[in-house]
Amino acid sequence: MSEIAIHIENLSYSYKGQLGNTLSDINLKIEAGSTIGLFGPNGAGKTTLMHLMTGVLKNNNGTITLFGSKVGAKHKETKNLFGFVPQDFSFYQELSPVENLQFFGAFYGLSKQKIAQRTEELLTVFGLTEVSKKPVAKFSGGMKRKVNLAIGIIHQPKIIFLDEPTVGVDVQSRCAIIDYIKKLNKQGATLVYTSHQLNEAEEICEKIALINEGEIIAFEDISTLLAKHNEKNLENLFLKLSKETVSYV
Amino acid sequence: MYKLWACIIKDIKLITRDWVGLSLMFIMPILLVIVITALQVGTFELVNENKVPLLIQNNDNDLISLELENTLEKIGIFRIIELDKKTSKETIAEKMKETEALVAILIPENFSTQVQHKVADFTKNTLQEFGLELEKPNQNNDLLVNELTLYYHPVLQESYRKNLLNAIRSAVQVVESKQIISTIYSSINETAMPDSILNNFETQQVHINEIPVSRDGSEVIPNAAQHNVPAWTIFAMFFIITSLGSSVVKEKNSGSSLRLKTLPTNFLITIFSKQITYLLVAMSQVFVIFSTGVFLFPFLGLPALNIPTDIVGLILVSLISGWCAVSYAIAVGVFSETQEQANGFGAISVVILAAFGGILVPKFAMPESFAFFLKISPMHWSLESYYGLFLEGGKFSDIINNVIPLLLIIILFQLIAYIGLKKNNLI
Repeated sequence: MSEIAIHIENLSYSYKGQLGNTLSDINLKIEAGSTIGLFGPNGAGKTTLMHLMTGVLKNNNGTITLFGSKVGAKHKETKNLFGFVPQDFSFYQELSPVENLQFFGAFYGLSKQKIAQRTEELLTVFGLTEVSKKPVAKFSGGMKRKVNLAIGIIHQPKIIFLDEPTVGVDVQSRCAIIDYIKKLNKQGATLVYTSHQLNEAEEICEKIALINEGEIIAFEDISTLLAKHNEKNLENLFLKLSKETVSYV
Repeated sequence: MYKLWACIIKDIKLITRDWVGLSLMFIMPILLVIVITALQVGTFELVNENKVPLLIQNNDNDLISLELENTLEKIGIFRIIELDKKTSKETIAEKMKETEALVAILIPENFSTQVQHKVADFTKNTLQEFGLELEKPNQNNDLLVNELTLYYHPVLQESYRKNLLNAIRSAVQVVESKQIISTIYSSINETAMPDSILNNFETQQVHINEIPVSRDGSEVIPNAAQHNVPAWTIFAMFFIITSLGSSVVKEKNSGSSLRLKTLPTNFLITIFSKQITYLLVAMSQVFVIFSTGVFLFPFLGLPALNIPTDIVGLILVSLISGWCAVSYAIAVGVFSETQEQANGFGAISVVILAAFGGILVPKFAMPESFAFFLKISPMHWSLESYYGLFLEGGKFSDIINNVIPLLLIIILFQLIAYIGLKKNNLI
């Protein structure tokens, strides 16, 4: 059995003043180097779970460990293990891609030389070299997504959390992002991914976790899951399992 | 340290690309300090160099009323414009509405005769007290002098109107006193008083020597620049809130803070970075505004700012005042939910603190009930510290009592900001 990258035990979470839990009794074991998709309707708890795994939120009950390091305890050690690509553009729009990468690279504790090397690599991969010194505010949505992703992976993390990394981008940019994500996975990175694009999930993920009303209702290989429920695609399977037709359309 | 440096570089880049924020922090205070100083100098010149036009309708035209007109002119602050006796009140009002003059005096008929009677009666009574007057004094106590009437334009501020009124009163007193002395002289000597004695009365008045009390013993009279430049520099430093307050909110609410929370770095570094960066901005403001006072003011016909002798004290006071302004802006930013909140509350609160702190309204002009508010305004302590150096010629050790409250206020603001960051789960 391969190493466990993410281990979640008996995790429950509720927001301040909220009646009931947003997440209830979550238990997950994600193997190193795997690609996991978190899916569910709006408000199911996907982003909350991702925020708990990245330490943005402090969990009320249960434990989360990343390669054995508890999230929220040994902060520096744990935080260096992963990269987070939030759904919102999480950088300074007034700065250029180079300036953003330099700043966030420094905050990840990378040396100047390493930052320069990684910046050049990432700008080339995402085709941003020509606009590397222009303020990101003037970029298209697709280019901004690429900058968002580049910042999250500048330190070559072992785990990458991707919260809807391709939302609102054109086909070309989406393909470039998906290809690079696959490449990162081949290089050994563990990917945890959320999206509303279920066809995209089928393309990237090996396993999926379906979340509904704060509970994991399924966590298996895509092919096994489809066969088990006699469905041809994830969309139908998801509708069947969650019984939430309206909110997902 | 490397992370802090990277953060400072990032903050400097963000500030230098925000032209609106930069103009609010630099151009606005420079304009304010120039305009306010020019206005104060202008008012001073209006009173001391440019004469105030004064309409006089002399319905008496006799010895004493003419003497009064002459004395008013000799005071040196009025330019007399004689009005014809037939000029109606409506015409006078019209002239004042057109601001040909802001003040007018109506001298009533028989003014001279009535003043002479009053003086004669007073003289007789006085001499009889000394046993010198043989003639029985006039027992008629109804000898009242018709009132002088003063018209003034409503735009005149109360303090300025009272100054003019006092000048007119002193002119009336001079005329009356001269008349009394002259009458007593002629009653005793049975001859008219020589003109030379009367002239001496005017020229040999007691001279008032004006000496500013300074700590270094210098007797240099402070000019409008010494008052205004430090005051508006403090205002400019606190006005940093419009940029820094919203920058903290932006940092807190934008996606970048979400990512920052996941980085192996404490959010406090971003707050320290902002403090250092904006302290640099505050010091730049001090340098730019003081340089404007020293070098640009003389070219604009304004008095030049004289830099205090204790340069180290000046730098320390500027640093502490700037740090206080930055701490206040961060505390407001941490507790504001939106940039609009930070900007709105920040700007209004700075104006209120400036009013309480003696920047907008001089401390001596405030009612005693405001003493408490004065002391809780950090701008008051900054201003007192600067004035200690600029106006009183003091050293840093002389103003330490004003610096200590400022340091305590800084600790309070920092503590408030820390509690806010904890409450928002940012640290």
